[in-house]
Parts: sequence; C-alpha cells; structure tokens
Amino acid sequence: MTAACPWQGTVEPEDHGTAAPAAATITPYPDGPLVVRGDFALTTPDGRQIDARRRTVALCRCGKSTMIPFCDATHKAIGFRAGNPPDPAAPA
Amino acid sequence: MSETHGRATLPQPRGPVSTIVRDALLRPPHDLPAVPDLTGDGPLTDDDLQLTLFLCYELHYRGWHGVDDGWEWQPSLLALRAAAERPFEAAIRALVGPPPAVSPQQLPAALHEVTTAGDGPSLAGFLRGRGTLAQFREFVAHRSVYHLREADPHTWGLPRLGGPAKAALVEIQMDEYGNGQLHRMHAELFRTTMGRLGLDTRYGAHLDAVPAITLAGNNAMSLFGLHRRWRGALLGHLAALEMTSSLPNRRYGDALRRLGGDETATRFFDEHVEADAVHEQIALHDLCGGLVSQEPELTADVLLGASAALALDDLFAAHLLDSWAAGRSSLRNAASRPAGPLRVTVPGVPAAKTKVAS
Repeated sequence: MTAACPWQGTVEPEDHGTAAPAAATITPYPDGPLVVRGDFALTTPDGRQIDARRRTVALCRCGKSTMIPFCDATHKAIGFRAGNPPDPAAPA
Repeated sequence: MSETHGRATLPQPRGPVSTIVRDALLRPPHDLPAVPDLTGDGPLTDDDLQLTLFLCYELHYRGWHGVDDGWEWQPSLLALRAAAERPFEAAIRALVGPPPAVSPQQLPAALHEVTTAGDGPSLAGFLRGRGTLAQFREFVAHRSVYHLREADPHTWGLPRLGGPAKAALVEIQMDEYGNGQLHRMHAELFRTTMGRLGLDTRYGAHLDAVPAITLAGNNAMSLFGLHRRWRGALLGHLAALEMTSSLPNRRYGDALRRLGGDETATRFFDEHVEADAVHEQIALHDLCGGLVSQEPELTADVLLGASAALALDDLFAAHLLDSWAAGRSSLRNAASRPAGPLRVTVPGVPAAKTKVAS
C-alpha cells in the first residue's frame, strides 16, 4: 500500500509504505497554526458541517484570526509564540 | 486553444533585439541573425531585454498566436535566450546581494527573517486606504501576466524533485489548481475579478501595457523554473510568495470592497488569505525544509530565490506608487485602460439583468 509521506507526521520514515497511516493528521507548525490533513470533517459545536474548501486546512492557534476557525496569518502580525511541541523521540 | 486560455497574442517589440526575435517568430523556425549586444545597463528595467526573455520563455508555456511550436527548442533562439539570461541573472544577484550563510536547520528562521524584514513600499496598504478604481485596475492588469497562469512557473519544479519536497509542492499546487475543479483554479478566480473590473480577460492580453519591471518579475520565475540548477531558488521564490500573501491579499480584498466590488469580484483575494495561510506553513517547513534535508547544498539558493522574489516585488510596487504619486499611469499605454463602473451581480437577479454600481 502507499502511505501519505510521513515526513511531518507520526509515522517514522523507515515505516514508510508499511504502517497504516492515520485517517487524519494534525500538525502544530512552529509558532503557527494547526495544519489538518486527511479524512476529516469540521463542524460547529452543534454539529453543523463547516465547509473546509480545501483538502489541507490551517486552524487558528493564536485566537486572533478574523476567519476563525481558519488561520489568516494574523499570528505573524501579533508575534505569536507557541513554544516547541514535545519531541516524540525524547524519553518519557 | 481558445484565446481565453492561451495562446497569447505577440506583443509589439520594444527595441532592436525584441524586433529581430518577434519578426523571426512569425516565420518557420530558422537560425537567427546576429543580434546587437544585450549587456546594457539596468537589465531589470530594460524593456528590450525583458521582452526578449518573455518572448523566448512563453514558447515553453502556452505559446504565441501564429508562431510555430518548433521554435521552443530552436538552438539559435536558445543561445540568444542564454545570452539574455546572463545579464538578467547578474542583475538579480546584484539586487539581492550574497545570501547569508545559514545551515539547513536554520533555513526556516532565515526565511521568516527575510520575509518579515520588509521595508519595501506597501502597495496593498496604499490601495486599501486610498487607491482609486483606475489604480486598482492598473494593479490587476500588471498582475494578470502572472495570475492568469498562476502556479505554472513553480510546477516546473515537480519533475525535478523527489521525496518530501515533491509531496509538499504537490500539496500546494493542488490547491492552486482548485483540486482539479476549473471554477476553483486560482487563475480562473482572477479571470472573474478581471471581468468584474471590465478588463480584457484573455491570456496575455495586457502584455503590451506592462513595463519591463513587471515582465522582470515574471521572467525571474521562468528563469528559476526552466533551469534545473535553479530548483532551490524556485522553491525559495514560491515560499516567499506564500509567506507574504495572506495579509496583503486581505488588504487588496478590502480595497476592492471599498471601491464597490462584490463577493464575486473579491473572491480571488479572499481565497488567498485563507489558502496562503496554509501554503505558507507547507512552503516554509515541508517544501523548503524538505528540500534542504535532502540537498543541503541548496540552502543558499533557496534564500536567494526568496530574496529575489521580495526585491523584485518591491521594485514593482515602487514603480506603481511612484507613477501614481507623479500623477501618471503605471502602464505603458494608458489609453487602453478601461473606464466605467464595476460590474456587480445583484442577488436573485438573472445575470443578463445585472446592474452596475454607481
């Protein structure tokens, strides 16, 4: 089977082509949005679907976007800093 | 191919070399005569040089009306193109200076730095605050040279890449091309905006009107796209476009709304606010980061391409703002500019009965 390229994902490169990929991945980009790829649905709290309009979406993480839930790059204008996500390879 | 989507109509020549090339293209492929020296001063604003390059490069895109496709690989034309590219490349390198020495790991931070350090003129800020409808139309006419083939120059990169950078470029380009849906293709959204503004929407329709600096920005993309050795610069160029797009496009959309544009007219700009917020992350981390993880020796080229995109865009913006400040059109043949009101569709009213904004 073919897998989505796992370079940014949770699947290690040596598993490429053997591990089953997740249906969707959510990646926190450094000091930026959460990028969502794969098979997902965006909904309002009461369950109505939000049109994602593209296969890969960036969700606002700084809270200041004018197009919530989507990122509009305002995080750069306000100097948003997210800190580093935990390193999955680091010992617990 | 229809006139709407290409081929382009041959523009008028702008000097001795572009005259020779244009005249030759109208005949079957043959060896070109000797041409005058192309190493004059100021290649970025040299109309003859930039139009000559554009005439050569378009043969690799959709071609010219009335021109034999065999010219694309005619050896003497390729030799002339190479002679024109030498001063152009040198001018680009002189414009941006040597890229800072950074490691592949430092590339994302360095790209962030060059794309946010901008002290260039704010065309978007001017248009949002006080640009006139005539000025907005001029801006769109200039940009149409690129946006009616949006994404195409960077697509040249696909067969030259493998691995993570290729996957990232596909992810971005899929969105640029509307995931294969014509009405969502960015080039088609731009065509709709042009139609609302009463501008000629045919591919290449405004080539005669745009000055050398507008052609230079487009030629830089073709230069980077058509030479495999420039693949690092090509990806850096794309990253710079994506990383400096969301916030200005909000301002362009706001400008057009202020001038009376409806949702259909502003859709191109509104789409780019959201799309390029996604593309920025992919371009920075997955595309450029992915490339230098495989080919670390290309790190400096990525930065050069990004810096070239930004510096050429600053020169372009300065040309428009300086022209307008002096009370002039920024286009070469202002007489061809459209006048009149914006076209606005009134909800619920058939298209044939649309009325115009006052």
